[in-house]
Amino acid sequence: MLAFIVQRLFQAIIVMFVVGLISFSLFQYVGDPVNNMLGPEGTIEERERLRERLGLNDPVPVQFIHYVGNALQGEYGLSYRMGKPVDELIAERLPATIELVFVSALIALLVGVPMGVYTGLNRNSWLSRVFLTVSLVGISLPTFVIGILMILIFGVWLGWLPTFGRGGIVELGGWQTSLLTLKGWSHILMPAITLALFQLTLIMRLVRAEMLEVLRTDYIKFARARGLLNRAINYGHALKNTLVPVITIMGLQIGSLLAFSIITETVFAWPGMGLLFLQGIAFVDIPVMASYLVLMALFFVVINLIVDLLYYAVDPRLRSEHVGGAAH
Amino acid sequence: MTVSPKPPLLEVKDLRIEFPTRRGILVAVDGVSFDIAEGEVLGVVGESGAGKSLTGASIIGLLEPPGRISDGQIYLAGRRIDNLPYEEIRKVRGSEIGMVFQDPLTSLNPLYSVGRQLIETIRTHTDLSEPAARKRAIDLLGEVGIPSPKVRIDQYPHQFSGGMRQRVVIALALCVNPKLIIADEPTTALDVSIQAQIITLLKRLCSEHGAAVMLITHDMGVIAETANRVAVMYAGRLAEVGPVDQVIKRAKHPYTHGLMGSIPKLSRAAERLVQIEGSMPRLNEIPSGCAFNPRCPKAFARCTVERPDLIPVDRSQVACWLYDQVEERTGSDG
Repeated sequence: MLAFIVQRLFQAIIVMFVVGLISFSLFQYVGDPVNNMLGPEGTIEERERLRERLGLNDPVPVQFIHYVGNALQGEYGLSYRMGKPVDELIAERLPATIELVFVSALIALLVGVPMGVYTGLNRNSWLSRVFLTVSLVGISLPTFVIGILMILIFGVWLGWLPTFGRGGIVELGGWQTSLLTLKGWSHILMPAITLALFQLTLIMRLVRAEMLEVLRTDYIKFARARGLLNRAINYGHALKNTLVPVITIMGLQIGSLLAFSIITETVFAWPGMGLLFLQGIAFVDIPVMASYLVLMALFFVVINLIVDLLYYAVDPRLRSEHVGGAAH
Repeated sequence: MTVSPKPPLLEVKDLRIEFPTRRGILVAVDGVSFDIAEGEVLGVVGESGAGKSLTGASIIGLLEPPGRISDGQIYLAGRRIDNLPYEEIRKVRGSEIGMVFQDPLTSLNPLYSVGRQLIETIRTHTDLSEPAARKRAIDLLGEVGIPSPKVRIDQYPHQFSGGMRQRVVIALALCVNPKLIIADEPTTALDVSIQAQIITLLKRLCSEHGAAVMLITHDMGVIAETANRVAVMYAGRLAEVGPVDQVIKRAKHPYTHGLMGSIPKLSRAAERLVQIEGSMPRLNEIPSGCAFNPRCPKAFARCTVERPDLIPVDRSQVACWLYDQVEERTGSDG
């Protein structure tokens, strides 16, 4: 177990190093930030001073070492656009994105898994057909269309939910959360559902396919032949065996939810990382882009690690050496 | 056979299993009748697709749709079980009829320890507490010959070898003391060296627990060693039912005869094996009359027209017109 974690951590460090290298190289090859920051009116002296302050005059390897050293201390440099430290900007924006992703992942799981189980067990019921047909819509409509439609229906016509931004924010130990107030939930609901829809349909279809597969296996037949309760067979024996692929996909999807919530955040003017990143691109704000890259890579690495550990928890075959050793 | 006033443990009457398909209904099992007495071992033999496994599955109510019982009745200890509502047949499974499947590698849920699977089954059918069920599970594992059951009970299926897993499967089938075990090719997936052990174990345990066995196999050697009686199936029908020595040594039905002839014997090393010409018909091409008539060396006109029922001959019952004439003659004599 420990050896497994250490090995995975080592791999994670390598990945992060490579990502750091890539994100650092952005600084070298994408435009000259000094032009953007000072505009055409800046004098040569001003430019030189700014270069010195941003550390752009050092040799490249030295710059990289500085970059990594700073990154490890949570310093990602100054935003070219805002003139503020990037870590502060991220700290402002990150909670919004994480909460959005968390809520939509929760929706996707809590709705998608039961729907998948239902459609897997009742393959021919009319409700299953409805679910499957509607899920096609969920998979094929682009996020922004769904978001705009939802704004039109629930925001404009019905007037039930606010159409943009975050609200009802409560400060909780340095973390700005909107999940503690009703107003906050009313703001997060539409973007979270919009973001969740694709994942939900994906999970539903995956769970359904896996359930159909597992229900055909011999051990399910044998469980039936032993007269076990249907509930125990469907939810104990069958569902647990569908979990490994579901965990894999869910891990990947949460990663992409984080990274690609950009569109949803834009549609709902959600003050999250995606919006920050988009503005960063528009302005060639390289420190923002670079740190976004590093941060997302970090999320992916952490999620993958969690996924691996979950495999370990679910499937005894993966911990065979461990248990086998204990048996001797 | 002695006539007992009690009904037989299992009684199958005119069982017919159909599969509706786009191109019409396929009859996979047709007019099969047999019974199993308490504690008896009935071997069911036949080629692949003869309907052995379907018959077994239908008894325990596990026919896979679209397959369905379209005619006939199944009685367990006098109680009709083929038309029970789901919840009733579920209670019969495991507690009154146990089942052993072919492949021990896939019969156990890989994510649960064998103990959990045993305890779950025991507690589904009894009021035993968790510790009592666990104790019973450990006893059972010991009984089926698994060394150090107290350690092994918490291990997972992948930590057991194929033979050991089949022992676990047998423990699972027997854990609530059912009166009947349906063993569907219990040794086919095992090493030859393990097969004999498992068969011996199955036979010993069933007689200790007082369970009858319906042993489905195509291994005549296993039947000869284990069964009291044999039912031979061909193309979804019974060809012959009788005591094992009778069927093996003095097979009546030409098909059974051919089947026995195709088994190599050490004592007749140099001879060529007798082989039945052709192959079993597909379900949509079963000939009229006796299903075996196109391959039968002794077929005559009646065989292609009229379907034979089981006719008592010696101590067996044979579905063959060859013996009808004999019967008529003896009948007119008496």
